[in-house]
Amino acid sequence: MAAAGLGASAFVGRGEAATAPAAAGAIEFHGDHQAGITTHPQDHLYVTSYDVITTDPREIALLMQRWTDAARLLTTGQPIGPGGAVKGNRVAPPDDTGEALGLPASGLTLTVGFGPSLFDRRFGFATLRPPLLEPLPRFAGDEIDPAISNGDIMIQACANDAQVVVHAMRQLTRLGAGVVNPRWAQRGFAPTAGLDPEGGTPRNLQGFKDGTHNLDVLDPAMTSQHLWASADDGVGWMDGGTYLVSRRLRMLIETWDRSSLDEQEEVIGRHKGTGAPLGATDEHGTPDFRAIGPNGAPLIPLHSHLRLAHPDHNDGARLLRRGYSFSDGIDKLGRLDAGLFFLAFQRDPSRQFVPIMRRMSRVDRLNEYIRHQSSALWACPPGVSQSGYWGDTLFG
Amino acid sequence: MSGDRRSVTRRTRGVVAAVGVTLGLAACGSTAPVASGPPANAISVRSTADECSLSASTAPAGPTAFRVVNAADHPTEVSVYAADGARVVGQVDDVGPAAARDLTVVLTAGTYTVACTPGQSGESIRAALTVTGATTAATGDLAELTRAVTAYETWVSAQAARLDSGTAAFVAAVRAGDLAAAKALYAPTRANWERIEPVASSFRDLDLRLDARDQDLEDTASWTGWHRLEKAMWVDGSLAGMEPVAAQLLTDTRDLVARIDGVSLTIEQVTNVAKELVEAVASSELSGGEELYSHTDLWDFQANIEGARESWNVVSAYVAVRDPVLGKAIELGFVDLQGELDRHRRGDGFVLYPELAEPDIRILAAKVESLSEPLSRLTATVFS
Repeated sequence: MAAAGLGASAFVGRGEAATAPAAAGAIEFHGDHQAGITTHPQDHLYVTSYDVITTDPREIALLMQRWTDAARLLTTGQPIGPGGAVKGNRVAPPDDTGEALGLPASGLTLTVGFGPSLFDRRFGFATLRPPLLEPLPRFAGDEIDPAISNGDIMIQACANDAQVVVHAMRQLTRLGAGVVNPRWAQRGFAPTAGLDPEGGTPRNLQGFKDGTHNLDVLDPAMTSQHLWASADDGVGWMDGGTYLVSRRLRMLIETWDRSSLDEQEEVIGRHKGTGAPLGATDEHGTPDFRAIGPNGAPLIPLHSHLRLAHPDHNDGARLLRRGYSFSDGIDKLGRLDAGLFFLAFQRDPSRQFVPIMRRMSRVDRLNEYIRHQSSALWACPPGVSQSGYWGDTLFG
Repeated sequence: MSGDRRSVTRRTRGVVAAVGVTLGLAACGSTAPVASGPPANAISVRSTADECSLSASTAPAGPTAFRVVNAADHPTEVSVYAADGARVVGQVDDVGPAAARDLTVVLTAGTYTVACTPGQSGESIRAALTVTGATTAATGDLAELTRAVTAYETWVSAQAARLDSGTAAFVAAVRAGDLAAAKALYAPTRANWERIEPVASSFRDLDLRLDARDQDLEDTASWTGWHRLEKAMWVDGSLAGMEPVAAQLLTDTRDLVARIDGVSLTIEQVTNVAKELVEAVASSELSGGEELYSHTDLWDFQANIEGARESWNVVSAYVAVRDPVLGKAIELGFVDLQGELDRHRRGDGFVLYPELAEPDIRILAAKVESLSEPLSRLTATVFS
């Protein structure tokens, strides 16, 4: 696929327009890797984490098959079940809840991941647990709420229509009744791509461009080194899969808004207007970490987010960031409950996310304005073949 | 001030971090924004891995400009010490490799030491500077702001002294195993820390040992400080085994008080203190997150506001002339917030955080917002 011409060159372009109206803007569900990872980020996100409530591992495999069948229909803009929304037995509830009738596929992707707890003693998967699926450690300053962290199974739904993601998640949760129970969910949004005349990297709720120096998914050398798990990484069933870290980063919006522009730019290490590294004029310019400002201090401050997160200062470690903003109303003090739902895909969390986060948690000036409220690590299995199902390399 | 740039406990940013880099002003002593480039008669300070050389060993009394040049591969830090060798009268840190940075200090006659610390840790390399003659009095705005800084510094030192004696009494109660006495002293003593927290927490090493909460640390095995003792008293209900923690608390507090006495602030550091303290209330005490076990958050709230109030007081007359609308908004904000907080007083102190009803917290939050918004414009107003 060609890169979308919207400046976010890191991601694979939106689905090519198909002829059938329902499949318009559909993104291929099948492939060597799951969709929704290198896919150009859609406008809406809906993540649900589930606890498995059965004790029979066969039921999990059967649910994966039901979910996969549904995903094939949903991602092509079709209602699920033999009777769909309105063509089934009239004395029975419809198979599909119907709110997406008439809506196109809208670039829907559905991506599954398995948490470390799925490999505990309950189901006999303990020996199949990937060594890299080690629960994330505690980081300095964490304010993690267990109720919105972790889980056995995660589904990420992304699409360019909010109703389409809600519909998809609603069908999958319904199909999971008796086998899985929702543990937590998070919705997110991005600025609608294509509506920004300048295109380019979207801004987060701090007003800064976020994701400028992302992993280039069009570069196979980069993705094989930094993104896709290999059978050599410990377990064969994860060959072609990837690991996902999800963390809810609540921004202290009101405090941020009262900080000066200088302070904001020095915390981030970039110019707010252009997104360029401090001292540079181009967003994609190379940061000059040795540059000195007019007052003699490093132009990109030593504890700025850019400097700490940059691959140059993390042994070259990189992440594929695919986070979404969230704004979930107000908290009990009347403040915006908003921030970034951080999502980052990677091949090896122990060498990528964990050391980067450890370094940042100690000194990043951005920590003054952010609270890490949830945390989870997921093993996302490889992609699904035409006849396969989600996780068949594990359950099959 | 030395070392790291931010409070580990991250409820307030160290005040030095807040402005040292942000506004890039000549560090301490001087209260005027730095002009572009150093004055022609600036003393050059060359810091290398093993050298700290001055272009002059004498200077006339008055504003003295230094141009610090870092010729080493790592960031350096340069401090100017008064004759006693302990009091820092001016400092720049994080001077990057190959960087130059200006520092202006008002020096009176006497002997000073200029200390370079290549790599910003370990032994410093020192050079002597002799200042002679009478100081020219500062005039106008500069004089007014200089007086404001001095007044605030004096107040900070007095709070630090109270923290010192209060901590000694608290530690004595812990050592005596007197749980009731120690609990009674906890919140009132911590108030002395909270009034000056942006200054106190700017010493990262001490902040970590004195004021870290459980969740601020990666590993709690070596957890010390106020909140470790708070947990022992309110959760464990026992001071058993806390003797070393108490001893460390006293040692670290004395170290802190000595370091605070050596601090010189700039005017924008002083004005930022007000903002930082009210933001600390907003991000911590309002959610009951500061005193997780004792629930004495409102004591800290009150102390933060008192500290902010003092930092406002020293510049309020200056602002009243230059931006009366802003001055009035800040003044009203303080009065209004204090009035609301006073509703929750009980005895010598306050009700505990869990006793606050949700609407009460919501009103307090709204008053904090009302004050924070104009306060966020204070520094820019003083410098316009």
